[in-house]
Amino acid sequence: MVGLNHYLVLAAILFAIGLFGIFLNRKNVIIILMSIELILLSVNLNFVAFSRFMGDVTGQVFTFFVLTVAAAEAAIGLAILVAFFRNRATIDVEEIDSLKG
Amino acid sequence: MPVPMPDINLIALLPEILILLVAMGVLLLTAWSRETTQPLLGLVAMAGVALAGGILLIQTGMTTTTFGGLFVLDPFASAMKLLMLVATLLPLLMSWDYLARHRLDIGEYFVLTLFALLGGMLMASSGDFITLYLGLELMSLSIYVLAAFNRDDPKSNEAGLKYFVLGSMASGLLLYGISLIYGGAGGTGFAAVAQAMGEGGGHAPGIGLRLGVVLVLAGMAFKIAAAPFHMWAPDVYQGAPTSVTAFMAAMPKIAGFAAIYRVLLEPFGPMQSQWGPILQFLAVASLAVGALAAIAQTNIKRMLAYSSIGHVGYALIGLASGTELGFRSVLIYLAIYIFMNLGTFALILVVNNAGVGDEINDYRGLAKKRPLLAFLMAIFMFAMAGIPPLAGFIGKFYVFMAAVKAGMIGLAVTGVLFSAVGAYYYLRVVQRMYFEEAETAFRMEVGLLSRLVIAVSTLAVLYWGLLPGGLIDWAEASIRPLL
Repeated sequence: MVGLNHYLVLAAILFAIGLFGIFLNRKNVIIILMSIELILLSVNLNFVAFSRFMGDVTGQVFTFFVLTVAAAEAAIGLAILVAFFRNRATIDVEEIDSLKG
Repeated sequence: MPVPMPDINLIALLPEILILLVAMGVLLLTAWSRETTQPLLGLVAMAGVALAGGILLIQTGMTTTTFGGLFVLDPFASAMKLLMLVATLLPLLMSWDYLARHRLDIGEYFVLTLFALLGGMLMASSGDFITLYLGLELMSLSIYVLAAFNRDDPKSNEAGLKYFVLGSMASGLLLYGISLIYGGAGGTGFAAVAQAMGEGGGHAPGIGLRLGVVLVLAGMAFKIAAAPFHMWAPDVYQGAPTSVTAFMAAMPKIAGFAAIYRVLLEPFGPMQSQWGPILQFLAVASLAVGALAAIAQTNIKRMLAYSSIGHVGYALIGLASGTELGFRSVLIYLAIYIFMNLGTFALILVVNNAGVGDEINDYRGLAKKRPLLAFLMAIFMFAMAGIPPLAGFIGKFYVFMAAVKAGMIGLAVTGVLFSAVGAYYYLRVVQRMYFEEAETAFRMEVGLLSRLVIAVSTLAVLYWGLLPGGLIDWAEASIRPLL
């Protein structure tokens, strides 16, 4: 029997993978975008699991909003990345270093 | 089955609706108008913001909730929205020449500014984590694009990309926190969460709720650039177009603080013993980073980024004290902060029109060539350093007084010490302007709109420094109904 805790643990693992993906990844900005998406999906899983097990529909409503925002976020992230690529001809994380002090 | 209609009171949302309509209208006009007429859309945007401010003034004092508790209108929300409108209108006014010079004065710039403002206003009025999150995202997404708005400038692109990556991660943290709170409390409405947290009569609530509170505060701290979540601020402030930096240093901070007030006072109210220490830590860390890291900066926008981190630290001292006096002092601090900061940025934009860069050394000898500009810059630097009789001193004084009255003497002493350290780097700008020889002629015209913004900011800083009574009464009237 799969219970609430199983879902929560899975969501926590996905969340951790997403966070580590952002910090440990030294190669590619696209991977960072995927990691952000993973974080948002883990949140959705949390919301739906809580919603199902508490019999309260708010969590599922929230999930739809999160999905919408995630789509907008991905679109904006990719757009900024394209503009960056056109000027610098790279999307390497290590190369994003012209601003520092 | 009859579906119950939620109570919908559109009058309460009138300023938001107006901003939304103006933003959409400007977006349509952008699509249909020629490039030469697009700068005029800025006037439409400014008129919309001013009109929304007028409606807000009429609404002041109204208290109502609508959309089933999702949207709250109270004097506090009105006060915060008024500050946000000022913090949007003044940057728009003063960046007129800058935008034209850099060919950024296209319709989308104004649309994005208005949408960011709309998001911030929703945050101030949120009565539910759903509204809070949507407002936050609307604001953040618009500002990511604004930071990267100068498409041909690699620095601007990089600023936008960095802000986007770190900002999205912070939103993820916040959202994960909200999901845990939802699970622990059984609802996302602020009232429901407050009730769940209050149960158990003072005993610590479950681990899920506590973790949720920490994550939500971390996400918020990121949005206001409080250390240790500040690492994006210097890079983004430096890389973004200066007009955007001015906007970014003012409006989102007000919105962030408004959201923090909302969650601390209502849903997290019963857990003050949990969030008090977190805020104290954030305050001390921000003060330290703001004061110490700014010393080594050579770029004035970067220096102001660290300075704004420091200012957030002072404001957080007031919140950490958790008393009515503390909450009131933060409102006073924020009102003064936006005028000090926007005045400084208006002068930076003016000097930028002379074609000099953003390095502090570029301001060498400004006093010899343009004595009035240098004098005004010196006023703002002294105000930020907190030197009486300027308004910056009043802001710091009230924050420290709140901390002392709440028995947090250590926190107040730390604040005073770091403000002494901070004075060093503000005074360094004054030293460069007054005691070094000029290398450039500083030949530039100061536009009428820039003059207006500089005059308003200077008057605010001088007037509130001498006669802060009106400001204090306003802050008290705005905070009292919330407690």
